Order: sequence, then C-alpha cells, then structure tokens
Amino acid sequence: MPEQISILALVLGILVATVRAATPLLLAGFGELVTERAGVLNLGVEGMMLVGAACGFIGAVTTGSVLVGFALAVLAGLVMALIFGVLTLYLMANQVATGLALTIFGIGLSALLGVNYLGTPIPGLATRIFPHLADAPPVAQQLMLLDPVVWIAFATPVLVSLFLYRTRPGLVLRSIGESHEVAHALGYAVLRIRLAAVLFGGAMSGLAGASLSLAYTPMWTENMTAGRGWIALALVVFSTWKPLWLFVGALLFGFVTIAQFQAEALGLDVSPNLLAMLPYLATIVVLVLISRDATRLKLSAPAALGKPFHATT
Amino acid sequence: MRLKLERRPEASRFWFYLSPVLAVALSALAAAGLFALLGVAPGQALWLMVVTPLANVYGLAELGLKATPLLLCAVGIAVAVRANVWNIGAEGQFTMGAIAGGGIALLFGEDGGAWVLPLMLLAGVAGGLVWAAIPALLRTRCNAHEILTTLMLTYVATQLLGYLVHGPWQDPEGYSFPQTKQFDSAALLAPLIPGTRLNLGAVFALLAVPCASVLLRQTLAGYRLRVVGLAPAAASYAGFSQAGAVWLGLLVSGGLAGLAGVCEVAGPIGQLTPVISPGYGFAAIIVAFLGRLSPAGILAASLLMALLYLGGEQLQITLQIPTAATGVVQGMLLFFLLAADVLVGFRVRLIGRSVAAPAHA
Repeated sequence: MPEQISILALVLGILVATVRAATPLLLAGFGELVTERAGVLNLGVEGMMLVGAACGFIGAVTTGSVLVGFALAVLAGLVMALIFGVLTLYLMANQVATGLALTIFGIGLSALLGVNYLGTPIPGLATRIFPHLADAPPVAQQLMLLDPVVWIAFATPVLVSLFLYRTRPGLVLRSIGESHEVAHALGYAVLRIRLAAVLFGGAMSGLAGASLSLAYTPMWTENMTAGRGWIALALVVFSTWKPLWLFVGALLFGFVTIAQFQAEALGLDVSPNLLAMLPYLATIVVLVLISRDATRLKLSAPAALGKPFHATT
Repeated sequence: MRLKLERRPEASRFWFYLSPVLAVALSALAAAGLFALLGVAPGQALWLMVVTPLANVYGLAELGLKATPLLLCAVGIAVAVRANVWNIGAEGQFTMGAIAGGGIALLFGEDGGAWVLPLMLLAGVAGGLVWAAIPALLRTRCNAHEILTTLMLTYVATQLLGYLVHGPWQDPEGYSFPQTKQFDSAALLAPLIPGTRLNLGAVFALLAVPCASVLLRQTLAGYRLRVVGLAPAAASYAGFSQAGAVWLGLLVSGGLAGLAGVCEVAGPIGQLTPVISPGYGFAAIIVAFLGRLSPAGILAASLLMALLYLGGEQLQITLQIPTAATGVVQGMLLFFLLAADVLVGFRVRLIGRSVAAPAHA
C-alpha cells in the first residue's frame, strides 16, 4: 500500500509540476495569440513579462497584498503594450524592431525597479492560501500547489477560443488579422481593435510575469523569465495560430522545463546547466518541424501579420 | 485641431539623418527625468555620465574598449538586416567565440608561443561562424525563422559557458569559484597604449567598418544581398539567391560577433567566467539601427553606446545609481529612434477645424 501511494504521489507530482510550469506559457502565449490573430506581431513578450514580474513582486511586498501585486503586474503589462501599440499602430514603426526595443527596455526597467528587492523572501501564492501547506500529506500538498493563477491559466484557452470563434467581436478581430483593408472598408475601426488586442496581450504577459515572481518561484531576480516570453512566441508559431495546439504546446514545454527537476529527483548526475538547455533546444526542434512545410505555415498565419495599416480614406 | 500623418511621395533624406540626432536628444531629456525620479540632480548625473568618463587618456581608452564589441557585433547585424535577416543572437555568437578562443588558451596553457593568439582569434571567429551557421541552415533548409533560433541558441551558449566554468574547465586551484584559470600571457592581447586596456580588438573593429562598406557597396555579393533585403520579388526575378543572402548575412555577423567574444576574454577579462558580456550583443542591435545600418554611422553610434556603458558605471560609483539604469536609457533610445523615424516616411500635418478641413467640421 505505501508503495502505491508513493507512486501516485510521484505521478501527481510530475503532473502538478508540469501544469505549474505551463502556467506562464499559457498566459503569455494566449495573450500573444490574440494579438497576432489581430495581425500584430509583438516580440516584446519577454520584456512585458519581466516588468510584470518586477511590478507584481514590488506591489505584493510593499502592500502585503498579493492581489495588489497581480493588479499592478497587469497594469504594468498594459502600459508596456501601450508604448508598443502607439509606436507600431499610430506611428507605423517596424513591429519587429519595436518588439525588440520593448524587450531590451523591459529587461533594463525591471532590473532597475527590482534592484532593492533582490533576495527578499516572500511566501508563495499557494502558501498564502494554505498556511499549513508544508505540514500537509504529500498528495494534499500537491493539490494545494494548484493555485488560482493556475486555474486562470487553464481557463484562458477555453475563454479565448470561445471569444475568437463564437463571438462577433472575435470574428471581427480575426478578419482584421486577415485583411485590414477589407475590414476598414466594412467600417471597422482597425487601429482601435488592434490596440485592444495588443493591450490584452500586454495584460496577459504582465500576469504571466507575476505568476512567476509571486507563485512559481516566489522571489525577484533579474531576467527571471529566462526566455519564457520567447518560448511563448515560438509556441504561437508552433500552434499554427490555433488555440488547441497552443494549449498542447504549452503543456509539452511545461514538461520539458521540469525535466531538470525530475532528473535531480531520480538521482541522475547531469549538469544543471546542460539540463537547462533542454527547453531552448526543444523550441528550435519544434520550430524546425512546424516550419518545414512552408506553404502550410503561410496559409495558417494571419495574412496581415506584421503589416502596418495607414488609412488613406 | 488634430495631427494627421501624410505619406511622403518619397522618404525624406533630411529626416533619415536627423532622426538619430533627435532620438539622442530626446533620450537625454528622458534620462534627466529618470535621474530626477531616482532623486539625483539631473545636471550632475548627465555631466558624470557624458563628460567625466572622457576626462583623461584612460577614460578614452576605456571608451574604445567598450565600443569594440559593440562595433563588431553591430556591423555584422547591420549587414544581416540589409538582407532582411534578423540576427538577434549576436550575444550567443559572442559567447561561442569566447568559448572557442578561450578553449585554445586553456588547451595550450603555458606551452603556447606567439602562435597561440592568432589561433585563438581564428577559433573565436570559427565559434561565432558555427553558431550563426546553424540558424542559417535551419532558415534556408527548414524555413525556421532566424529571430527565434538565433535567440534560443544564445540561451544555449550561455548555459554551455556555465557548464564549462562550473565543470570540466573549472580552475582546480580556484577555490571552487565558477571560472577557468587565468590565460597565459602569450594568450592575452597586449595593451596598445601602456597603462590602458585598449587592445588589438579595437583595430579589428575599425577595420570591419571599411570592409563592411566595401562588401555592401562595391561587391556583387553585397549588391545581391541588398536587393534581396529591399525587394525580394525583384531579387528572385533577377535570379539572386535568397538563401545566399541569408547565409552571407548570418555568417558575416556571426564571425564578427565571435571575434568580439574572443577579444573580450583575451583582453580585459583574461579568463572565462559565467558572465562575459553586459549585453553587448543586444545593445549592438540598437547601435546598428542608430547608425542607420551604415558602417560609418555605426562607428559613431557604437562610441555613443560605449559612453552610455561607461557613464552608467560612473553613476554607480559616484551616486550609487544601479547600472540597470543604463539598460533603461538604451531601451528608450531605440523607442525614440523608432518614433522619430516616422518623420522619414510621413509628413505631420496639423489640421485645424476652421480653415484647413471644413469637410471634417
């Protein structure tokens, strides 16, 4: 009997760890999916996540309220996305260059904001909700680790799918992503709807950042997103802009991310540095596999992705 | 009253060259605002940042030292961008150059002669080339976009360096610090000016400027590369290979970034450590755009960006402002440049309610 319980706990542990590692990827990935379906390519996900992580942490530490922290993170993501939106949509700046600028700016800004908070220990979200988490039996402990952000992240794919495919605004948003000229001719406010999509992406990235600094590894360190924003971007390409595949991709990468902890748990003597390469190598492999069929990729990408819109009439 | 953007019939050359100047001016203003927010006198901070580092020969040499990797990486990035290839992994190619060159230094240790240094430099270039060849192969053979692959390979390179200095290449007598042995003196670049740290790397960087100019303007390969970047349809009609341009752009930028990496570890650092760059490879993207993707412009922009790094250090020493402030100013600089660039393609019209546009009333 005890052996069975320990196997159950192990399997549950891997599942929960995968789900928790997938959470920031789901949040940031679905934010970017909505942005890209509206025809805007925002490469600043990493920067927006970092600023969200720093602001969320600062908010939670200074006010003592984790809710304030999350709210501040969302706000920070919105402000970052607003900069991107104004530059690319209204000033027609190159989307690739502006996205890179957003990431470089976000890395610097988050490091500057968080400089006095390095190494400050705070309780994780799960511990805040269940103060006795550490004393709970293994299985209960694992279930308690599924905090509200995890639930929000797993509700996101359903809500975004319903929005994109079952509502009128979702249809309008997708049509703008396919052809802004046609949408404009039909009388839709292309730029305003694109800005809304960009802002949604920013808010979700901010939330994703805070999910790292307030729940996943409750602390602030410079560059703590470690490329997750870029992986989320790659996942959107991998998904061929479809919610179901984005969901599958995020879970897959959640599993790859935790491989290093699993190896340690199994007592494998592999350098943590080498194991830490896995998610990045996996991203390259996945991109190569999905991109090989150039025609299919071109057909599934939003046709107006990355193209600026300037109304002349 | 409202502002309206009107597309110019052709891009304004005036604003093309003035926009970086405007961006620098706006960044200085924004930096002053940032310093005020951080509770220091903006005038004093700007003086410390821009003037103090250049007060003596050592400071000027440090400027050249910092500008070297930025210039090398940015010239390469610019060549790639001209082919519409986005190499944002110069940081990773820089790291691989440092690893390959440093590996040679460690391999021969004290047995090396005068030949070690040239071998290291070649290895450094090769390291960068290999790390850029992977994305080139993946782009031309498998259609995988280089933005993501070059960046992912940067993370892989960083982890590889971490693995080496924590593991097989760690200095056994280093009290388990994650670093290699100090390189032998034969494996170090000697200072050009005694008493400073400026080394041969700066000469390579200065040579890269005219070489890139000649490549882009005077050679058939450079011409093809620019046509592929500007007008892909025309290029394919003319039979210019897109794959060729991708390869050329990535290899040039990878090789130069690798050279920058080996010069950094054979120069000021003198060994391999887990962190060998304060983000030169990323800052070089800003330098490339600020220099208008032209080698001469990039030379000026790299000096400016180097000054930002030096000034940031000065601010930390004197006023305890975190060096992260440098990153914020760098990011703002690129934002302002991108915003100012709208004036190149568009004219701003002020539309008054009463006179100009009665139709809108």
